Amino acid sequence: MESINDVKWLHTEHMYAVAQKKWLYIYDSNGIELHCIRTFNDVLRMQFLPYHFLLATASATGFLQYLDVSVGKEVAAISTKTGRLDVMCQNPHNAVVHLGHPNGTVTLWSPNQKEALVKMLCHQGGVRSVAVDKTGTYMITSGMDKKMKVFDVRAFKPLRSYFLPAGASCLSLSQRGLLSAATGDIVQVYRDVWSTPVTKPYMAHRVRGLVWGLHFCPFEDVLGVGHGEGFTSMLVPGAGEPNFDGLDANPYRSAKQRQEWEVKALLEKIQPELITLDPTELAQVDRTTFEQRHRDRVEALGFDPLAKERFVPKFKKKGRSSAGGVERRKKQVAHEDQRVSSYFQGSRQRRPLR
Amino acid sequence: MARVSRKNGNKKKLKGRCSVPLVGLGDQQLLYEEEEDSMDRGEEDIISSEEDEAEHERKRQKLLEGISTLGGKRKRAQGERSEAAVHMSEFSVNTDGGPGKVKLSDLIGIFEKNPAVPAKSRQQLNNLRRVKKSINSPLSKEETEKIQRDMAFQKAASEVSRWDSIITQNQRAKQLLFPLSQEPAGPRPVERLVAGWNVQTPLEQEIFALLSANKQPSTDPILTPAEEASVRAMSLEEAKIRRAELQKARALQSYYEAKARRDRKIKSKKYHKVQTKAKRKEFLKHFEQMVKTDPAAALQELNKMELARMQERMSLKHQNSSKWAKSKAIMAKYNEEARKAMQQQLEMNRQLTQKLVTPLNDDYEQDEGDTGETDLLPHFVNDAVDGRDASNPWMKGKLTEEPTQKQLNDTMTEAAQVVSTVAAEEEELEAEETEEEALLREFDSNRKLHQAQESDIAGGVFLEEMTEDRAAAEDSEVSDCLSEFTIISRGREKSFKDTEEFNCADFTDGSAQLEERLVRIRTVEDLELLHHDPSAEPGHPPTAKDPPSEEKHMGKSKKKKKGIELKEVLTKETNVIKVPLTPTATDSDDPESKLDQRELIKEAFAGDDVISSFLKDKRRHEDEGKPKVIDLTLPGWGEWGGMGLKPPKRKRKQFRVKSAPRPPRKDQHLPSVIISEKRNTSLTLHQVHSLPFPFEDHGQFESCIRSPLGRTWNTERTVKNVTKPRVVTQLGAIISPMAEEELLKNNNRAVAREGS
Repeated sequence: MESINDVKWLHTEHMYAVAQKKWLYIYDSNGIELHCIRTFNDVLRMQFLPYHFLLATASATGFLQYLDVSVGKEVAAISTKTGRLDVMCQNPHNAVVHLGHPNGTVTLWSPNQKEALVKMLCHQGGVRSVAVDKTGTYMITSGMDKKMKVFDVRAFKPLRSYFLPAGASCLSLSQRGLLSAATGDIVQVYRDVWSTPVTKPYMAHRVRGLVWGLHFCPFEDVLGVGHGEGFTSMLVPGAGEPNFDGLDANPYRSAKQRQEWEVKALLEKIQPELITLDPTELAQVDRTTFEQRHRDRVEALGFDPLAKERFVPKFKKKGRSSAGGVERRKKQVAHEDQRVSSYFQGSRQRRPLR
Repeated sequence: MARVSRKNGNKKKLKGRCSVPLVGLGDQQLLYEEEEDSMDRGEEDIISSEEDEAEHERKRQKLLEGISTLGGKRKRAQGERSEAAVHMSEFSVNTDGGPGKVKLSDLIGIFEKNPAVPAKSRQQLNNLRRVKKSINSPLSKEETEKIQRDMAFQKAASEVSRWDSIITQNQRAKQLLFPLSQEPAGPRPVERLVAGWNVQTPLEQEIFALLSANKQPSTDPILTPAEEASVRAMSLEEAKIRRAELQKARALQSYYEAKARRDRKIKSKKYHKVQTKAKRKEFLKHFEQMVKTDPAAALQELNKMELARMQERMSLKHQNSSKWAKSKAIMAKYNEEARKAMQQQLEMNRQLTQKLVTPLNDDYEQDEGDTGETDLLPHFVNDAVDGRDASNPWMKGKLTEEPTQKQLNDTMTEAAQVVSTVAAEEEELEAEETEEEALLREFDSNRKLHQAQESDIAGGVFLEEMTEDRAAAEDSEVSDCLSEFTIISRGREKSFKDTEEFNCADFTDGSAQLEERLVRIRTVEDLELLHHDPSAEPGHPPTAKDPPSEEKHMGKSKKKKKGIELKEVLTKETNVIKVPLTPTATDSDDPESKLDQRELIKEAFAGDDVISSFLKDKRRHEDEGKPKVIDLTLPGWGEWGGMGLKPPKRKRKQFRVKSAPRPPRKDQHLPSVIISEKRNTSLTLHQVHSLPFPFEDHGQFESCIRSPLGRTWNTERTVKNVTKPRVVTQLGAIISPMAEEELLKNNNRAVAREGS
């Protein structure tokens, strides 16, 4: 028998990856071993990024590796230089991987950069567990200092801090934002952790033996708990998303639909280079390059082609060019700078992003 | 030509028969005809006697030939006719030298000797003599082919370029619909949609009978047949074009009228004098042509001239009674110029007081019929022989006319008699001088006429059309007004031309000046730039302006950092949660609990260590990002150096190079966060580096690109509009290439747009 550190579903329910004692294995739904990936060794934690078809693994040797599942190639291998990596989660909003470290920091990683995008000091003791909500706004961490903290990941600012007498070893967020925390052999479920200060849990349940892992079931009000003496499924009312988006993830899809979806998803696969902290960064103009080029152009031309002429009111005689009058005339044309030319009117009329 | 040559051959006979001096060509012709007639008549009677004579003649010829051959040098036989045949071939005329050769000068010589020949025809003959029209040798094959190719290319290019506008239009169109000529949408008559529908009830029949009788629409309720016909006759666009044309014409007319009114109001007498003089000159230049093309207008002009003559006769304006004239008369004895001026004035008087006998109006219609045929012949053949001498200054006011043959015959004899008596005296005095003058004048007029024609050709289609119209017009009124119009237009053209030339000259000058000026300006600009550049360069990077404030910021943050240290990090107040279920006490032999204990101890002591190490790490990151100060001091340069000697403070300050500080870090105000400042190069490859064309700033572009296009976010109409296909074809329809009609339609549309 070999110890299993982590198991993760891949893009379909037909395949899953298993981090075993030494290597990373991939099995199909019948339990047949498909691949044994030797380049990924001593994996402790895994995350699957569904839109990028990437399997991110964190190993005991401090390596964060990315495996492209669609082509079977290693995209990036980053040495984090922070020791054993046994706390990991992903931000579903921007596919950034969060790692928790024993020195109380949480680091954010993308496959494109060899150093951490962000390094946050969250706890005075080591970080035991990290979870990020569906919208990518909030991050919840629990540490050795028996504290549970809520952060705004967009601004990297702490929002709330809770003290749990026993400290939470595992954290899991449901689709509707319910937080389950395992403190020893007790599973606690909290509601609205980030919006209102919580004083007591929404639900609590004692299981036999120490809790090793928790996870909410998507689209269902079920929390699965793995503990010292087996597995317990716990009903948590209001945990799952009742109104599913059939185009995004359809729990009732047929085999044909699944096949169709797989093809479409592969066609719409996002390249790993596009993983950034701000997903809208791609739609922005590359300012530094732009400025550099613009500077070169201005030098070559001898003038700034994009410079806007400042409005200088005409000088008028007979006292009509008084300071007040000048200001008034300036005000009359001030709005013209803010006006968008007619070319953009069409795009402005569209409904804004939700 | 045949006749002329024969005349030479039959010189003897002619001389023998008619002793009457030749008067004109017309007479000659008559004589010939008579001669031929008589020959025809007498042929049968004289046939036997003539044969004998001919035989005698032949024998004599042979004898003569034989004698001539005895001399050794053989003369080439000269084919000479002794008798006139009914049909003469013009090709049998020998062209080599010898007695048979006919020269134009020979013919003209006769006229010159004869005083009865009008000066006009004489002049024309002289002209003819001067003009040597030899046909140029044909170009080589290559040259002609080259020219032809060139012409063909130009033609093809013009043909093809007609399509340019429609092509660009189609290229720019957001959507193209094929096939191009689609039936217009809208209500269609019932007949076209329903095949087997006919009137059934008697009431219906009655109604339809009534409708059809009144030509009212029976099925299509929108337009009556009359309306449809009118619509078909002229489309809206055509009507617009026509209206625009009319408007333009009216506008031009009004401009001209306004200008004329302005001119008339000018008080300067001198100006008007100059104007009238110029006008008269211009008029005279065109009058000859006008007589040919538009006799009615010419007649009017003549009437005007007649009026002027009358006025002149009434006044004493150009006679020797004025003050100026008297003074000139005194000076004339000694001064050549004064004499000349005097003479000129008198001539003017004569000109103006001369009576003009012009039977123009009587039969110009006949003339018009003739002109077509007579164009082929030289002008003098048809010219009036009224016996006036062009060289005579008294006759200078005379105008060229085209009287008919009949009138010619009537006037001829009288004129000949009068002129012969009057002109003879004058001629003797001024013959040579005036002849030269006349020649010069003729030459001038010819040249001017030629120029005018050229200008007409250049004038374009419009004028040509006008002249054609004029030829066709029957009404005198119409022709009158048209002629006026042409005069006006011609005058404008002329003036336009003049101004153009003037402008051209000006323009070249101006352009030269401009160029010079440009150069100068350029240099000035350069100078300015030279001045500007150093001042502008330091200004242009915005970072350069910022440094002081940034430095301040940095300083503040440094102070702050020193301030934060351990106290500011992780200071969030904690809420204690009451847990209903307290964790059960685990077994003491559980290894986990031992680990927990150890971690608890670690936790108790390691807290401060974690924070301080994190802060150290952060400072290290900040320092890495800071620009380094480069020290360029050279110890010992310009002073003593060595152990224990430091360069002075002033020097150290002077040679320290500080580069511009970086923009503030993103984690400047977040004590417990380190945000990497590294640039994500993998993403920049996919980003936009420069603003696409219509956008003016980043915000516009980013907001535009951020807005989603999909059906989920937009209305159906917007999505359809955004994802409109470029080309739409009808299923099963034949898409034929674009026809010429499409081009016309397009042109019309363009013209209509311009017009409106």
